[in-house]
Amino acid sequence: MLAYTIYLSFAGALLLAVLPKRWHAAARVIALLVALCGLAVALAGFISAGTQGPVAVADLPWIPAMGIHYTLEADGISRVLVLLTGLAAVAGILFSWNIGDKADDRANEFFAFFLALIGGVYGVFLSVDLFLLFVFYEIAIVPKYFLIAIWGSTRREYGAMKLALYSFAGSAMVLIGLLTAYAVAGGQTGNYSMNLHTLAQYHFSTSFQMWAFPLVFTGFAILAGMWPFHTWAPTGHVAAPTAASMLLAGVVMKLGAYGCLRVAMTVFPHGLDPWGFSFLGIDSWRTVFGLFAVIGIVYGATVALVQNDFKFVIGYSSVSHMGLVLLGLLTLTQIGIDGAVLQMFSHGILAGLLFATVGRIVYERTHTRDLALLNKLQLSKAMPFAAWLFVIAGMASMGLPGFSGFVAEVQVLIGAWEAFPWFAAIAGLGIVIGVAYTWRAMQRVFFSDHPAVTADGSPVPIPEYEPVTWAEKAGVILLAGTSLLIGVYPRLLLDVIAPAVQALPHALLTGGHQ
Amino acid sequence: MIAFASNPVNYSNLFAITLPETILEVVSLLALIVDLAWLRRSSQAVRMAWACALGVLGCAASAAWLAAHPSVPALDGNILVATPLVAAAQIGILVLSALVLVLSFKAEFSRNPGEFSAIVLLATTGMLLVAAARDLQVIFVALELLSLSLYVLTAFAKRSAQSAEAALKYYLFGGMSAAIMLFGFSYLYGLTGTTSLEGIAASLAAQPLSPLLIVAFVLVSAGLGFKVAAVPFHLWAPDTYQGAPAPVTALIASGSKVASFAVLVALTSAIIPPDAPLHAASWAVLLLWMAAGSIILGNLAALVQTSVRRLLAYSAIAHAGYMLLGIAANTPQSGAAVLYYALTYALTTVGVFGIIGIVERSAGTDRMDAFAGLSRRNPLLAATMFLFLLSLAGIPPLVGFWAKFNLFAAVLRAGSLGMSGLILVAAAVAASAVSLYYYLQVMKRMYVFKPVRLEPMPVSFVELATLALIALAVLALGIFPAALSNWIPLG
Amino acid sequence: MTPLLTILTAVPAVAAVIALFAGNRAAVARGIAFLSALISLALSLEVWFGVRDGQMKFIERWNWIPSLKIEYHLGADGLGALMLLLSAVVSLMAIAASRKVSRQPGLYFALILLLESGLFGTFSALNFFHWFLFWELSLIPAFFLIKLWGGERAGPAATQFFVYTMVGSVALLLAFMALFVATGSMDFETLSHMAATGELATAIQGHLGSVSMWLALAVLLGFAVKVPMMPFHTWLPATYSKAPTPVTMLLTGAMSKMGVYGLLRLALPIFGHQLAQIRTPLLILATLTVVAGAWAAVVQRDLKRVFAYSSINHLGYCLLAIFAAALPAGPQTAANLSQTIALDGAVLQMFNHGLTAAAIFWFLTLLEERSGGRLQIDGFGGLRKPAPVFCGLMGIALFSSLGLPGLNGFVGEFLIFRGAFPLSWLSATISVLGLLITAAVILTVIQRVFTGPLPDRWRAFPDLTTGERLALAPALALMFVLGLMPQLLLGTVNATMMHLLGGWRF
Repeated sequence: MLAYTIYLSFAGALLLAVLPKRWHAAARVIALLVALCGLAVALAGFISAGTQGPVAVADLPWIPAMGIHYTLEADGISRVLVLLTGLAAVAGILFSWNIGDKADDRANEFFAFFLALIGGVYGVFLSVDLFLLFVFYEIAIVPKYFLIAIWGSTRREYGAMKLALYSFAGSAMVLIGLLTAYAVAGGQTGNYSMNLHTLAQYHFSTSFQMWAFPLVFTGFAILAGMWPFHTWAPTGHVAAPTAASMLLAGVVMKLGAYGCLRVAMTVFPHGLDPWGFSFLGIDSWRTVFGLFAVIGIVYGATVALVQNDFKFVIGYSSVSHMGLVLLGLLTLTQIGIDGAVLQMFSHGILAGLLFATVGRIVYERTHTRDLALLNKLQLSKAMPFAAWLFVIAGMASMGLPGFSGFVAEVQVLIGAWEAFPWFAAIAGLGIVIGVAYTWRAMQRVFFSDHPAVTADGSPVPIPEYEPVTWAEKAGVILLAGTSLLIGVYPRLLLDVIAPAVQALPHALLTGGHQ
Repeated sequence: MIAFASNPVNYSNLFAITLPETILEVVSLLALIVDLAWLRRSSQAVRMAWACALGVLGCAASAAWLAAHPSVPALDGNILVATPLVAAAQIGILVLSALVLVLSFKAEFSRNPGEFSAIVLLATTGMLLVAAARDLQVIFVALELLSLSLYVLTAFAKRSAQSAEAALKYYLFGGMSAAIMLFGFSYLYGLTGTTSLEGIAASLAAQPLSPLLIVAFVLVSAGLGFKVAAVPFHLWAPDTYQGAPAPVTALIASGSKVASFAVLVALTSAIIPPDAPLHAASWAVLLLWMAAGSIILGNLAALVQTSVRRLLAYSAIAHAGYMLLGIAANTPQSGAAVLYYALTYALTTVGVFGIIGIVERSAGTDRMDAFAGLSRRNPLLAATMFLFLLSLAGIPPLVGFWAKFNLFAAVLRAGSLGMSGLILVAAAVAASAVSLYYYLQVMKRMYVFKPVRLEPMPVSFVELATLALIALAVLALGIFPAALSNWIPLG
Repeated sequence: MTPLLTILTAVPAVAAVIALFAGNRAAVARGIAFLSALISLALSLEVWFGVRDGQMKFIERWNWIPSLKIEYHLGADGLGALMLLLSAVVSLMAIAASRKVSRQPGLYFALILLLESGLFGTFSALNFFHWFLFWELSLIPAFFLIKLWGGERAGPAATQFFVYTMVGSVALLLAFMALFVATGSMDFETLSHMAATGELATAIQGHLGSVSMWLALAVLLGFAVKVPMMPFHTWLPATYSKAPTPVTMLLTGAMSKMGVYGLLRLALPIFGHQLAQIRTPLLILATLTVVAGAWAAVVQRDLKRVFAYSSINHLGYCLLAIFAAALPAGPQTAANLSQTIALDGAVLQMFNHGLTAAAIFWFLTLLEERSGGRLQIDGFGGLRKPAPVFCGLMGIALFSSLGLPGLNGFVGEFLIFRGAFPLSWLSATISVLGLLITAAVILTVIQRVFTGPLPDRWRAFPDLTTGERLALAPALALMFVLGLMPQLLLGTVNATMMHLLGGWRF
């Protein structure tokens, strides 16, 4: 049943692609309906599966000669991420409602690309055949380019190309690793297969894993925005239109982290083993990537702190939060990986909320993202809805208890403490800097102490802005409500994630990998 | 020793095995006659329509016969074979030629449509023979038939100086390569005493590797490298792709490539018999160096092109590099994978050049800016170009991705290339990633840029339908690749 | 068994949402807030009367996040119940004092109610997770109340307040996560028990190494910023003076107590041993807080700042008592008694100072309203002529703050010194200076504001209206009652502290 998320999205995309341009208003309605159906299916699948193990969704022979099957399966982690995709899709469309206003906006193409991207993402989360997973992963790349290049803003062509090429380069690395694994495993056993479970069970030699793991992990980690391959993310997210940014930062970056866990760490677990020698305290790929993750956390936060463009602040904050996800994955503990998956969900929602505030609610109306200029407008009075929305989203993003981010961050930090105590401390520092940049942005944009004054010193009258549309309100309630719900009752997700993490290959969860 | 009249030729066998070619030749004469006799007073368009229609019919008839009789006993001495694998290649070639003819029926570059169609069919005949030939002499003759036809076709746009220049370059370069290749063939004959590939295989297996043999390999590779436009024999490609009329470029880029790769596969399996590792190493090394050069140069040069034709020429060089990799691996799987790749690449290229022909007729130039805003002017046309370019870049779920994956998987599975094979596959995958950049340049212009004029480009229904059909095939084969690969036997 | 504590915490939160809808209608918003505060007062009284013998009552336990072994664990003993009562009382007073809200009253009262909810949550939580949740959650409304309704340049003060407290919070969070890693528990009672039996030390040593002292210091930092203890106090004067005065009532009346409560509920039980080891430096800091706080109050020109520093001084006594009680283990029974007395005093001082300080700032609000916003100590004079009732009632509150016997302020301070003297005579002796200086400060204020020549502009200084008298009366009556009959509180508090001390090991 969950496979319908994929089919509906692509069908919707196809329908929208052939829709006449005159029907631009209808295009967004169709898109919303499709996304809502997808969300309904995702939710139904999530609830009906409960906390049980992997749920088989589809299994058809595709190219049997090569051992490639159309196999879809959803374990706890996948179900959670599919749910996230559904929520992000609906929210993204709600926040792009204004694109259907004029025929010139090419609404049908926009929503077609959007739904195609969503379909690809659903596919990645559900695939168990690695060829199929790769196919969906690649399908997701091209719509991203066009979404940014056509409807984006700052330096959109450059941002779009950079994002597409980095993603493609990452996927090229993954392909090389997968091809080699396929050839090696098949060659040895005589049974060529691209099925994840089959490949995971095969014992690749340690020397093979030692180079295949970093290759595949890096390939996926590029999409996850791991330092130092993260530079596409802020540029791309800033260039993208709001819905695309929400989706890119919220869901597509999670594809990378998901790939790291589902492919790199599951198929090549011994790539994380210690090398036997130590260089400046680094003794394994685990430590290397853990270090990159931690640097990403602090670097992203620090750079966000000095940005003058509101959207760049959020863009860099995404890099920082994804660093936390990667760190959680690399702790190789139940609690750390639980936290990482929860953070994927939580940040997905919150990134959506933040980009929506910056892009849709503020920029659309004020036409500027410059913090210095925004400082002069009295936005807490001119658009109180946006101000309070940003307060709530910002609090959640900085890890305030009561919102989803807190539980996730606590779990990651606890896991990190067990695995890399020093990294945990540095990550904590990153979280503190996170408080700082969120606070700074909030102060500058909404609660400024220096509103503009006219020549005689009296304050400039508060500008009148277009009121908040119902679509924006709906989107906000959806996302903020989810974050709050999970913050207060995280068991809704944790009970589903934990068994799935426990079911990961034993070689991974040796609780601190000797 | 060549078998002489001491073994009389079995004429019925010869007739059966060459029937597809014969059909084509007959139809080509028919096209000439029809045009000369009855259509002298008709308009250019009608004449072209008739000529192309006849040509397509000929290809269809030939293909139908091949489909019905995929296996025919080989000619004595195995100079021509007709196995299901060869039949698959030949049917593919015929389909491609037919598509080229269909897409050229609105072309205005020629006042001699009858001749055009006839020479296209002759070129196709050459391709069919090349695919089926298993004797050095026949290979040479067939290649020459193909090449000469293509030289003439390249010059067919008599009003264009570029076309004449391209044809001259093509002819000079090609002639020289053919001569070098013949020289290499003569060495092979000298070293083995036979011109039949089977005989050569047996003889080389018994021989140690000698400097003369290496020289022979190098010389032969020159000719074949020229045909497939591999580095360092690629210099003709950009100019020829740019100067020749669009349908001709399509033919050069598609059918001719398929045929050449088919013969390369056959030649390679002859030169590298299963238990002659030393030979294997040297020929494979040669191919690998050509592959590496093609992949790197082709992709890098394409990055800076502003003419779509030249971009596709360089990308053709790169694709040739990928396929050479598959040939170097030398297993039945890799051979089938190369053929699959060649066929699907050719199909996509026919589509691309069909679209370029349309755009050029309307805009008068093949520069990338001619494509600006195409998605607004002709959405369906832009969509098909979109699919073709993505397929060339290797993006799923299009057939180009599957072809690449299949090829690389076969190379790695073969394992015969060892570490260098792994490195080159990695380089090929990386290069594919780079190639997305230049394909995106064209797609960017179609979808992101604003059009200079808003009225749609004139496109006939037949052309649009054909392109849509090809695009659909590209998509369908991408989702169900088994449909084609089941059809390409490994034997 | 009704989940009384959850209801107590939820009522102001729900009322806050309702108040938001009142929007710009000040009367409606205030009415909702007032009603909610009254209900909360009633509920907290019920809790108080339900806690008699010092044991934990009204316990609610629910398995919240099993993977992290986090429980929703609430409970109230004498200490907690008293703080709940204090929060309810001070909140009610703050709402009553908020008569002129300059803008968006709906939001204003919503934030105050949210703050109250946060206070209730903190004082009833027994598991670090949701204790921390409410601790942090109370910061947000406080920040916005200061920033949006504060005076000139309230923004930077609000930010400073937020940043300082956040740094402390982060330190707390890291320490408790370390504890979780070592012990697998975030439950206060469990951790306290483990500390007493020595299991905690073993667990920490085993999992983390010799970091116990670092953890203790981190926890101490978190609370030291909140109380505040010098030298972490620098945020306080600016914040108290820039915040709207009713909000300052809440800040000084209840929020500052969160720090002291934290020391009593978390630091002493879990890290008692470590605190005992650094007792002397801590006593020095406590003494410094007492004396320097009082001394700084002397030189202030703005009345709010005077009482801000005075708050620092008053809470310094609590710190004195707590650190004096952290005596390294020994068989001195006399010390045990003194420890109990000192801690009793600290708890009572928390309540009494909360009540008194809130009342004083209420009076300052009234003064501010009448003077058009000015609160310079030199700006007034001779007010007892036009407004005798005002001066009389404010005088009661002031004398209570001074520590006059017969008023509630005396009891706490007396017990603190009674208990601290045997435990650490030097600190206690020096701290007496604080008493003297405070006396000087208060008397100076009385003299400057109420007596002396009456400037012309204050000839028509309005006295307290009947409404205001009625509003203030309960608080002032309570001051007398608790001053004359401290056993109303002391019985339960003493039982609680004895029970708690019995479980602690230094």
